[in-house]
Amino acid sequence: MFCQLRGAILGILVFVSSFTAYAQDIPKEQIKGLDEQVQEIKSDVLGIAADLNQLEEKLLYPSNTQVAVFVSLVMGETFRLDSVDIQLDGKPVIHHIYTFKELQALQKGGVQRIYTGNIRTGDHDLQVSVLGKSTGGTDLQNTKRFKVNKGVGPKIVEISLTAQGITLKDR
Amino acid sequence: MYRLIVSLIFLMFSVSSALAGVSAPKELKDLYFGEALYDAFQGDWFDAISRLDTELAQHYGLDEPKRDTLYYHVNQAEFAVGDFELAYRMHQRAGRAIKAVIEGNVSEPVRNEAVFRLARIYFYKNEPADALYAVERIRGVVPPKIRNDLAFLRAQIFMANGQFDKAANILKDLQVAKRLEGFSTYNLGIALLREGKKVEGRQYLDRTGQIKSKDDFTLAIRDKSNLVLGTKLLKEKKIEAAKQVLDRVRLKGPFSNRALLASGWADAFAGRFKRALVPWSLLATRDVTDASVQQAMIAVPYAYGKLNVFSKAAVMYGSALNKFGTEIDKLDASIKSVREGYFLKALVREELKQDADWVVKLRKLPQTPETYYLLDLMASHNFQESLKNYLDLEGLRKKLETWNGDLDAFEEIIEKRRVYYQPLLPAIDREFRRLDSQMRLRLEQRDRIQQRLKNMLVVPRPDYLATANERVISEQIAQLEQHLTAGGSSVPDGIKARIKRLRGVLHWNIYTEYDRRFTDAYEHLRDLNHEVDRLKRQYTAFVRTRQAATQSYEGYDDVIRRLRFQVQTARKKVGELMARQGRMLESMAENELNKRRQRLTEFQIKVRFAMADSYDRAIRAQAQEKMER
Repeated sequence: MFCQLRGAILGILVFVSSFTAYAQDIPKEQIKGLDEQVQEIKSDVLGIAADLNQLEEKLLYPSNTQVAVFVSLVMGETFRLDSVDIQLDGKPVIHHIYTFKELQALQKGGVQRIYTGNIRTGDHDLQVSVLGKSTGGTDLQNTKRFKVNKGVGPKIVEISLTAQGITLKDR
Repeated sequence: MYRLIVSLIFLMFSVSSALAGVSAPKELKDLYFGEALYDAFQGDWFDAISRLDTELAQHYGLDEPKRDTLYYHVNQAEFAVGDFELAYRMHQRAGRAIKAVIEGNVSEPVRNEAVFRLARIYFYKNEPADALYAVERIRGVVPPKIRNDLAFLRAQIFMANGQFDKAANILKDLQVAKRLEGFSTYNLGIALLREGKKVEGRQYLDRTGQIKSKDDFTLAIRDKSNLVLGTKLLKEKKIEAAKQVLDRVRLKGPFSNRALLASGWADAFAGRFKRALVPWSLLATRDVTDASVQQAMIAVPYAYGKLNVFSKAAVMYGSALNKFGTEIDKLDASIKSVREGYFLKALVREELKQDADWVVKLRKLPQTPETYYLLDLMASHNFQESLKNYLDLEGLRKKLETWNGDLDAFEEIIEKRRVYYQPLLPAIDREFRRLDSQMRLRLEQRDRIQQRLKNMLVVPRPDYLATANERVISEQIAQLEQHLTAGGSSVPDGIKARIKRLRGVLHWNIYTEYDRRFTDAYEHLRDLNHEVDRLKRQYTAFVRTRQAATQSYEGYDDVIRRLRFQVQTARKKVGELMARQGRMLESMAENELNKRRQRLTEFQIKVRFAMADSYDRAIRAQAQEKMER
């Protein structure tokens, strides 16, 4: 009896130690076939997304009034960005609080499109306020005003941040 | 320990993110490319692909792509989109994108990097022959940043194709690569074993088993190496060597339970049951859902039996029997919960994306299955792929649902604009046409004046610059003369002289002030030009706004209708695929739970016999003891 039990246990031990082949009951072809169909639908939905993006831009942000504000961190900046506030012509248009993932994405060199809206051609007042913490742990608070000139085409504005200040890059 | 298992699961889960080795350019010229990277760095592959696809399509659609800001990053963007697709597990599209790079006019290092990525796609898709064909096309200069990864991939591909000798040769050269520490040695050991070089293979496994590191994953591969080697030695009855190797496995690692169990068996095979009790007793106190722990729960009383402590063995068998009964009940409940769809509902909860321990915490939710039983399954490739597909489909389902709502909103916006603009526009157009004809008239006048002034530069005409008053006076003088000479009478000399003087004064003024007047006229024309420019700007702005007003509600019907149809078709397809993928996941989970249940049932039967046998022996031993006394 004990030998039988030992045999069973050892058998299981060998089974556990080896690489377990899961989902053997589901044929590989079935898994692969379904995976390919999932890839196809992803492709279809990406196509719809592209058309929808175009439609949205044309409908909601036509080029003659479109303004897009981007936020980036200067390469190598490690300060903790907590939030960015943007006012356009004295009206608050966006207030964004950063998650850890978003901050990491900015630190790696990603650029966030923080605001897309519509303004008339001509000069506009843009006020950017930033809250954060320096690497030393001190509170950071910066506010800067810029003059933005909107022409006929879409207006693209990049706000570049460092622990020391805010720079506006007119694109 | 479960944390580490979960970490390993999530390592596999996040392997796709690691695949996307895209970094931001040092000087970013195109903000939309930066936006795609921002999405990608957060693992939002769909948005990243969508953004970059649009950017690339726009770039290639330009007459002069060189003037586009993406021109500076276009190669990187092409790679990035392939990487994002790979990370989003769209291997077919990623493969096509990378093939396009390979076939394009690119430098050797770029081409080789593209082939490397293509080979990696095939390898991860479990298509080793295609992966081998791809990797063999790499010739010449390989970018230094991928050199080691390429060599390691090449070795893995050779192993997958059964060419262990070639794999071993590559892996030997990789032993110095710090980043692959442990992994290269372990794979070399396995390759050599498969090649038939047992001694050498074991040496490398042994070497892997003694690596010193603080990295969790290196430590995990060290433990795995020790477990594999120890188990092999144990099967060959090399008890002491096996024991030594197995005892190197950390007590708090993902392979700890299996190692403790095997270590106990090493002692048991040598007849050292007292010593076998040390690892087994430790193991038996751990989480009862683990297969090794369940085996230890039988192994401990087995050892006590061997030590002739039958009463304790019988009691422990009884305890194991009870626990197995409880576990079988839990498994039954888990199977029921899987069948009722609670497993899938729990898997798609948002917490999975936020909390690395979520898979384990699932068990705390009401009516969800016992996930500890599914941890191994969840770490398996097929389950992971299926789960990721299911989660991706769930993501698509949510997007399509939102878009459907967006289309409703767009239609409402368009309708509101139509209602607002349509009644206004006819009156505006009428007024515009009137102002437009006036404007044209004035512009013609201005042009005439400009032309006249230009001519006057060549042929001066002071009379053209006479003031209105001077013209009136001149007219009055002419009328006076006409009046005086009416009826043939002659004008008296005194009056004639006065008229002449008046004419003279007028002439004098017109001719002497001509230069000043001419300059003034030019200045006035310049001022007029400023006004005309302002007018033209206003005119253009009006035309543009007028056009925008029409465009804000006209020409969308077909697009929206087509998109709505596409969204609905996609929603239906996503629903069908989710159902099929979900059923597959449920089957996998149910199969796994059934297997574990089956195993526990077999244990129960064997334990019952063993318990009865132990009681018999205990009673017999007691009787014999009494008799001896």
